[in-house]
Amino acid sequence: MTNSALALSASGGGTLRQHPLFVRYAPIATIVLALIVIWYIAAVLMNLSLVRDGFEREETPYTVSELIEGTMSAERPLLPAPHQVISAFVDSVFGYAPTAPRSLVYHSAVTLSATLLGFLLGALLGIGLALMIVHSRVLEKSLLPWIICSQMVPILALAPIFVVVLGAIGLQGLLPKSIISAYLCFFPITIGMVKGFTAPDPMQLDLMRTWSATPRQVLSKLRWPSAVPFLFASLKVAITISLIGAIVAELPTGAEAGIGARLLAGSYYGQTIQIWAALLAAAVLASGLIGLVDLTERGVARQMGTRS
Amino acid sequence: MALGMPKALKLDDPDVTLPRDVRESFVASSELVGMNNTADARIESTASPQRLAVDVRDVSLTFETADGKVDALSNVSLQIADGEFVSFIGPSGCGKTTMLRVIADLQQPTSGTLLVNGMSAEQARLERRYGYVFQAPALFPWRTIEKNLKLPLEIMGFSDSEQKLRAARYLALVNLTGFERKFPWQLSGGMQQRVSIARALSFDPALLLMDEPFGALDEIVRDHLNEQLLQLWDKTGKTVLFVTHSIPEAVFLSTKIVVMSPRPGRIIDIIDCNFPRDRTLEIRETPEFLKIAQRVRVGLRAGHSYDE
Repeated sequence: MTNSALALSASGGGTLRQHPLFVRYAPIATIVLALIVIWYIAAVLMNLSLVRDGFEREETPYTVSELIEGTMSAERPLLPAPHQVISAFVDSVFGYAPTAPRSLVYHSAVTLSATLLGFLLGALLGIGLALMIVHSRVLEKSLLPWIICSQMVPILALAPIFVVVLGAIGLQGLLPKSIISAYLCFFPITIGMVKGFTAPDPMQLDLMRTWSATPRQVLSKLRWPSAVPFLFASLKVAITISLIGAIVAELPTGAEAGIGARLLAGSYYGQTIQIWAALLAAAVLASGLIGLVDLTERGVARQMGTRS
Repeated sequence: MALGMPKALKLDDPDVTLPRDVRESFVASSELVGMNNTADARIESTASPQRLAVDVRDVSLTFETADGKVDALSNVSLQIADGEFVSFIGPSGCGKTTMLRVIADLQQPTSGTLLVNGMSAEQARLERRYGYVFQAPALFPWRTIEKNLKLPLEIMGFSDSEQKLRAARYLALVNLTGFERKFPWQLSGGMQQRVSIARALSFDPALLLMDEPFGALDEIVRDHLNEQLLQLWDKTGKTVLFVTHSIPEAVFLSTKIVVMSPRPGRIIDIIDCNFPRDRTLEIRETPEFLKIAQRVRVGLRAGHSYDE
């Protein structure tokens, strides 16, 4: 009886509230909406004096509504309103040919290539270091402090040095950026994979010993598969860091293309809207990259029979 | 051969009447040695009518811990013939698991000599002469049941077709045909432990070391598995060394019960226990069974009072 009563109420009132799409997206939509409202209020408050000064300089009379309207349509506002950012973003993504220097697609592609190459190098380096650390106590003691030290130096200070040194030996363009990106992103992978490679149960390791498995077999059949969940967790961290690394690497190198170059140009000329549009592009890129890692992880997990 | 027995016996001597199975095992062992060295083989066989699967002499093992030294094993001597089913019973910390680990070369004794299948424990491990079953199934969660069974075979370099054949044969032996493609988490605890037994048998070692394999299972499943294990032992003719906490389990399964006591770990009684090979659970109600169980219990109690 209770069952049928439940079924009735489900099919009766509140159909919208129980719709799976609603259940899934309502909380996210609420947060986004709240953020947009806060953003508009902040834009009005921050740009208010700027717009007022403008009116007063030109000695034209103004009303409150004109003032508020002005804060949302200024050409170089302190904080652009969301619709300005979005229209600039849409304009620079779809308004130009993908190869045009004003196209965000072009700049994103430049940064993306450095990010992906840096991520690949960083992942290889990170996994390689983890393997060395796991297999040798001496290496663990000698390498680990340096690895940790490497992350304590601010990358903004290091990046120009990297670029100059690499430029001196004839490396320019994509590679220096990728190396800076790799330098940032190998760290979470090393830490994660050291944990992952040592994750197997002592019993599983003992079993391998009773079968007198070679170290290589222990690695490929036990340590490596045990480390896979740790691998994906650290890859997700690493791929966002490598994007940040690639963008940061574009700042001091005087790069002409890339999201970093776009940010730099925007700040030179006070084009705040352009800066925000570039930031939005970086965010879109980052979520795309994480989504890609996530998708790969799901595929691998299905292969490995992970309980879902 | 080192025991200095006279070489009086000759296999083909009509006056000597050896039991049939001993005669067979003799032939088998001479074949193993190689017929060109019949004299040696003869001496060995006269020294002990059955070949020793495990020969432990004066073995001691001391652990260095933060609280000082712990004598896990103290001057333990034990001879186990081929084809026996030997149970080790005793309270926690009496060294029964350590004993098994020493035989498996997962730990090295501090002193004493140890022969497994007539060779050193390390050599026996390197030649994969034993299968080990732990307290937990220790299956590899990312492998299907079939692939778990194939794991030791892969490591030992069996051909693909042989791997498939053996996986099917040993899954059938533990009544799990049809579960090949399942992942471990899809099986109950008892089924998982059966898989781990099949895995230990899959490369056909003569010796099976089992460390409380049914300790984590409930009484009903345990009884059932005990019967299955007994049939398996009868069918395969392997030597089994079996660590347990349970007196009925030890008496029901064994041809020999080794009662151990803790601090320092030592053997206080070895009880022969010769129920017919095709025994069923009903024998647990017979007076003979209860008598042996009583003797085990007395031994365990004596070990404890000595300790306190």
